[in-house]
Amino acid sequence: MKTVAVAFNTFREAIRDRILYSLLVFALAMIGGSLVLSTLSVGGEVKIIKDLGLAAIGLVGTLIAVFIGVGLVHKEIERRTLYVIITKPIRRAEFVLGKFLGLAITLAVNVAIMAACLLLLASAMEARLTSELLVPIGMAFLKLMVVTAIAILFSTFSSPTLSAIFTLALVVGGSLAKDLKLFAASFGGPFTQAAVSAVYLVLPNLAALDLGGAVVHGGPIPAAAVGLAAAYGIAYVAALLVGAIWIFQYRDFK
Amino acid sequence: MSAIAIRTEGLTKDYRAGFWRRRVRVLQDLTLEVRTGEVFGFLGPNGAGKTTTLKLLTGLIHPTAGSATVLGEPAGSVRVKARIGFLPENPYFYDYLTGAEFLDYCGSLAGIPRAVRRDRVRFVLDQVGLPGQGSLQLRKYSKGMLQRIGLAQALINEPTVIFLDEPMSGLDPIGRKEVRDLILRLREQGRTVFFSTHIIPDVEVVCDRVGIILAGRLAAVGRVEDLLASPLEQTEVTASGLEPEAAAVLAHRSVVPPVRSGDRILVAVKGEEDLALVLRTILQADGRVHSVVPHRRTLEEFFLDRIREGSR
Repeated sequence: MKTVAVAFNTFREAIRDRILYSLLVFALAMIGGSLVLSTLSVGGEVKIIKDLGLAAIGLVGTLIAVFIGVGLVHKEIERRTLYVIITKPIRRAEFVLGKFLGLAITLAVNVAIMAACLLLLASAMEARLTSELLVPIGMAFLKLMVVTAIAILFSTFSSPTLSAIFTLALVVGGSLAKDLKLFAASFGGPFTQAAVSAVYLVLPNLAALDLGGAVVHGGPIPAAAVGLAAAYGIAYVAALLVGAIWIFQYRDFK
Repeated sequence: MSAIAIRTEGLTKDYRAGFWRRRVRVLQDLTLEVRTGEVFGFLGPNGAGKTTTLKLLTGLIHPTAGSATVLGEPAGSVRVKARIGFLPENPYFYDYLTGAEFLDYCGSLAGIPRAVRRDRVRFVLDQVGLPGQGSLQLRKYSKGMLQRIGLAQALINEPTVIFLDEPMSGLDPIGRKEVRDLILRLREQGRTVFFSTHIIPDVEVVCDRVGIILAGRLAAVGRVEDLLASPLEQTEVTASGLEPEAAAVLAHRSVVPPVRSGDRILVAVKGEEDLALVLRTILQADGRVHSVVPHRRTLEEFFLDRIREGSR
């Protein structure tokens, strides 16, 4: 229950923050703008709308996750608002989980709004319900959970600026992890290959959670592949949260 | 219930500071007991280790060595935290919340059922002198109001032990008096109050016992009266109409150079025996006693003496 109280307060803080609305307006403008762009192509209008819409959800969601996420714990320590919260009968783990959950709810609401716009637009263009987009949208949300967990992990011990840099670096690295491995396999020596393999294992394989391209340009994805990717994402989030809780547990709040 | 509300044994805290993460000891071997139901003042200059002690007692930081228990259980445990209240120094709260929303949030973390919370919030707002101010956003609160809302959140769970870090800071004289009255009310209710301050008159008025901390070490602990009733206690005697021999006896007993004005002489003596001797001498010499003023040290003098001793 206390985790829920922290989550609710985190959500309340986010929705009273103007930055959220700016980002949301940007995303909706991007989805709306895709309508204009789609007129430039012949035959592939809906694909452009779906592509751009999913990209907007991913981009804006990532920005929200990073820029709110990196401050979530650190801001409470720096502003000393944490002092009165941690001295209430709440476990430190409950606080970290509450913070994560609060941002997860914020992201869920935002993704839902962006997804509704995209689905409306795409469905109207195709004159049918484009329900196949739900799977990539769901996976995009899971990807945002990974980003949020990374941001919170850094937020437990680092300043927001450094946390944002680290998180964005991991997001970019995670999106390119597979390419990096392929590159090393083609050109690197045994040492490089071993080093890259180690980095590949540690980095979040965010590309594995990116099903947008496959759905828009290919066909339906086998349920087993979706399940495996989801299990990977959930396990990664869990590992990051365990790390964040462990660091937070032993921290001194000077 | 344990007669000891707070107990620390050899409590020590080091921080790491600087680029090389050098160890800096901010609290050294603090052994202290605070009894149930007493108001304990923790007095010390800035940087002496008061806030560090409070953070150790509330579980915000972990000790380097030693231990601390509150209400018989390890400080900082969830069970202890359910029974304590804490007001940090210069508190800062979520400025996007209203006073009532913030207290409701604190109440929910304290495990107070939703049905009870609304009344509880109103009650503590009244208690700290903010009736009807709950609907105002905290960013619109003055510093004094923030201090009060800080006190309100510390009381939301009806705590048995209350830790207050510089509770009077930022308050005007009326606010300070109200906080003092609140502390005394809490004592009447049987609660234990542990508060830190560097403002001595606050301690003298409300505390049952005082601990003085200097440079991370406990320099003295005891009842205010006991700390002041030191061997240095003096009595000033003013007399007149004395022959030079009698005046010389007085001057000989005086612990400070006697002050003469006309045929008046002012001397200061230590201890009851010397006082009796001086008074007997004056009366036997047919002199007049104008005044006998016992001169008690103020806590401030005591405090400054300890600082001087410490710096030697």
